[in-house]
Amino acid sequence: MINSSLKQLGHLLASKQISSVELTQSYLQRMAQHNPGINAYITIDEEKSLAQAKAADVSIAAGNAQALTGIPIAQKDIFCAKGWRTTCGSKMLETFISPYDAHVISQFDAVGAVNLGKTNMDEFAMGSSNETSYFGGVKNPWDVDRVPGGSSGGSAAAVAARLCAAATGTDTGGSIRQPASLCGFTGLKPTYGLVSRYGMIAFASSLDQAGPMAKSAEDCALMMNVMAGFDERDSTSLNRPVEDYTRGLAAMTGDQPLKGLRIGLPKEYFAEGLNADVAKVIETAIAEYKKLGADIVEVSLPNNNLSIPVYYVLAPAEASSNLSRFDGVRYGHRAAEYNDLLEMYMKSRAEGFGAEVKRRILIGTYVLSAGYYDAYYLKAQQIRRLIAQDFVEAFKYCDVIMGPAAPSTAFKVGEKTSDPVAMYLEDLYTIAVNLAGLPGMSIPAGFAQSSEGKPLPVGLQIIGNYFDEARMLDIGHAYQQVTDWHQQMPAGLE
Amino acid sequence: MQWEVVIGLETHTQLKTNTKIFSGASTTYGAAPNTQACEVSIALPGVLPVLNKQAVECAIKFGLAIDAEIAQRSVFSRKNYFYPDLPKGYQISQFELPVVGKGKITIQVPAGKSTEAYEKVIHITRAHLEEDAGKSVHDAVDGMSGIDLNRAGTPLLEIVTEPDMRSAAEAVAYAKKLHELVQWIGICDGNMQEGSFRCDVNVSVRPKGTEKLGTRREIKNLNSFKFMQQAIEYETQWQIETLEDGGTIQQATVLFNPDTGETRAMRSKEEANDYRYFPDPDLLPLAVTEEDKSRVRAEMPELPQALQARFVGEYQLSAYDASTLTASKAVADYFVETVQAGADAKQSANWVMGAVSAKLNAEEKTIADSPVTATQLAALLKRIGDNTISNNAAKQVFEGMWAGEGTVDAIIEAKGLKQVSDTGAIEAIIKEVLTANQAMVDEYKSGKEKAFNALVGQCMKASKGKANPAQVNELLKNMLG
Repeated sequence: MINSSLKQLGHLLASKQISSVELTQSYLQRMAQHNPGINAYITIDEEKSLAQAKAADVSIAAGNAQALTGIPIAQKDIFCAKGWRTTCGSKMLETFISPYDAHVISQFDAVGAVNLGKTNMDEFAMGSSNETSYFGGVKNPWDVDRVPGGSSGGSAAAVAARLCAAATGTDTGGSIRQPASLCGFTGLKPTYGLVSRYGMIAFASSLDQAGPMAKSAEDCALMMNVMAGFDERDSTSLNRPVEDYTRGLAAMTGDQPLKGLRIGLPKEYFAEGLNADVAKVIETAIAEYKKLGADIVEVSLPNNNLSIPVYYVLAPAEASSNLSRFDGVRYGHRAAEYNDLLEMYMKSRAEGFGAEVKRRILIGTYVLSAGYYDAYYLKAQQIRRLIAQDFVEAFKYCDVIMGPAAPSTAFKVGEKTSDPVAMYLEDLYTIAVNLAGLPGMSIPAGFAQSSEGKPLPVGLQIIGNYFDEARMLDIGHAYQQVTDWHQQMPAGLE
Repeated sequence: MQWEVVIGLETHTQLKTNTKIFSGASTTYGAAPNTQACEVSIALPGVLPVLNKQAVECAIKFGLAIDAEIAQRSVFSRKNYFYPDLPKGYQISQFELPVVGKGKITIQVPAGKSTEAYEKVIHITRAHLEEDAGKSVHDAVDGMSGIDLNRAGTPLLEIVTEPDMRSAAEAVAYAKKLHELVQWIGICDGNMQEGSFRCDVNVSVRPKGTEKLGTRREIKNLNSFKFMQQAIEYETQWQIETLEDGGTIQQATVLFNPDTGETRAMRSKEEANDYRYFPDPDLLPLAVTEEDKSRVRAEMPELPQALQARFVGEYQLSAYDASTLTASKAVADYFVETVQAGADAKQSANWVMGAVSAKLNAEEKTIADSPVTATQLAALLKRIGDNTISNNAAKQVFEGMWAGEGTVDAIIEAKGLKQVSDTGAIEAIIKEVLTANQAMVDEYKSGKEKAFNALVGQCMKASKGKANPAQVNELLKNMLG
């Protein structure tokens, strides 16, 4: 059952072969057993989860079940959930109980899904390894000496270790796709504006986007049906007709379901910086797509090498302002002793934030300062447009872009913590997608062997044009019909 | 040396919207602390701003009223600084691209001790939308400071002038005119005690005849015209004396103390913050289309300038009367209603500016609270017009109406004020008066014109004020031969 798809779980619930309470309890038991070793969850609240499961069972009995009714979903601890502690991975919010629901949370509530718990994450989503969390790092279920990626590392480990049916994540520079690659599951970052950011604690507002993290493309499509949609409380939310993201999945069968699909391979994604083992897996996956009927074309994203420097100007700039509200005045951490207002601010923030958060606040404050704004912030905004233009150009020659989601497989805990720039390079293939506001997805494409001989997952990234999520999910689904990488589980967790 | 003062104003007008500029929380004044602070006002983690369309309409109205350029695209930026009453750690404001651009306002500067009244055009640099901060409360909890976020997020339109004003009188005339205008177009309640209309005044001095502006000091948060006048006069004098004593002016923010009548520096510019403005990524640029402007224009009342022209043209009022009657929309509306109810325009103007205004001032009431409505005033004026009562009697009737003693006719009846216009009856009264005052008659006949007026007075008195004075005059003249 732990390997069942969301659709299968839905059938089991609808046909009363299992109740939501039983399903939720079985996950809670797995969490009690495995979470201490993996640290995927920051907050587990059995009582709350089971109360939701009970309510879901009532709905199902009354014949009101929807696709995800009664299914336990793990929520990244970046989403405010009423009555739940919502920490964003930070000491600053260690005791913060949200009095309101994020849009994403209320969407899952509305369909009767069960909130299984709040998952661990890099502090304020700043990190690529989950090691910046105040609540301790998350272990990669494939090799507990390695990181799960980040920032949505808790959700990633929970999905990989089957400690939830599916999970939510957020992706500012790769925080869904890179952990999806490192932990071997399917993760989608939608087009900017498709999922409301209301109640999602802001890191970099112009880049942040929530998305599903699940075993398969089909599961992600069902999650998208719940998460996407216009919300007037987010001014950047797009008012578009409601879509059924599962609509094309059934057609992905037969001999060559992707006949005529043009896949663009950016030469910059296969250049220096890409691990050879990862490259091999990606090439094999591309070969599989050829068999499914796709044509391969080479494209170029000439400004991709600028995406990391641009990102590390813009994201910290926005973050430095977004994180100003954590001042110890109204909620969150306040220093125990201080002599005046200034000291209260300084001590509260010095104690409440971790090193990576402080580093980015410093960078962001610097690039927005008088005398530096034009050279850094304004220049970065201009280059951001060039990077987006690269994709416009590339999509003239292809329908989707494919490549690696991360340059390497999961690295060792502590391996990159002392070298921020090496850590930042983890997002070499994902950041440009956020800067352009495009949708991007990572699907399991195989394994590379670690030096200790353990299998480590490799993700294939699929980048679509704006609002092409349904098509990307079809493309992922077609691959998952002929491969079983997405059904592989880490050893010892059966 | 002759000095010239140069003044520019920045005015924060609180917009009359039901809800805050970026959230649905109420803006009603005076509620218990933090009861009008929703999750956006408190800046909980994860909340987002959504622009209030009503606030945008207010800005467009103002732009149209001052004949300004209204930006097709304007941008909200974040002004970053830490303060306990600023919950997000930044204020959302408009920086590089404001919604309202250059415009102008014509002011009437009243006559002073040695100057005549005159008109002047004040140029508006810009007006932009922004949110207000909350309030720090320092005395509610012993030994601690409290924060009240009810006001946080209240919509403001900050209106900035060019340094066009050359005296405290001009600055006050501008502030008053702006105060009237924002109320006239219905975007601000104008309540200065509650902080709905607050002025920051930039003052500098320079030798008369020179071009270069002196260093300015900014007087913050003036919320009465009287204080504004005092503050500018004090500040001007202080700057002149400082310079004449060989000192220099440091750019600074100053506060006016109404108790001492002095201004005092709050902080100097060297300590000024770097606000790190950047476009707010949570808000899209504000787009204002021609259709938006037309729609708002259609909802706007006739502006004071247009109404003045109409009063002069249509009602043959003097420019002065027209200007006085358009000092506020309520007064103008009252006047128009009186005329439309059938009263003579010139007479209506005199009464509105005279008796009505005096009574309102004496009782510190606004015209909206006048116990005598425009329709009632028109009824009274008609009774003067048809010779039912004299002007003098009308004043008594007006007092009665003000006191709520009944309708015009009922009061005339009750007080017996009906004018006597019957020739026979008046002649009878005159005869009695002439008989009783032979001495005056003799004086008049010996050439003393004054005696005539005394006799008229006696006749009016004998008629208990009811005789038609014009008739008394005419008949008396005839009868004295």
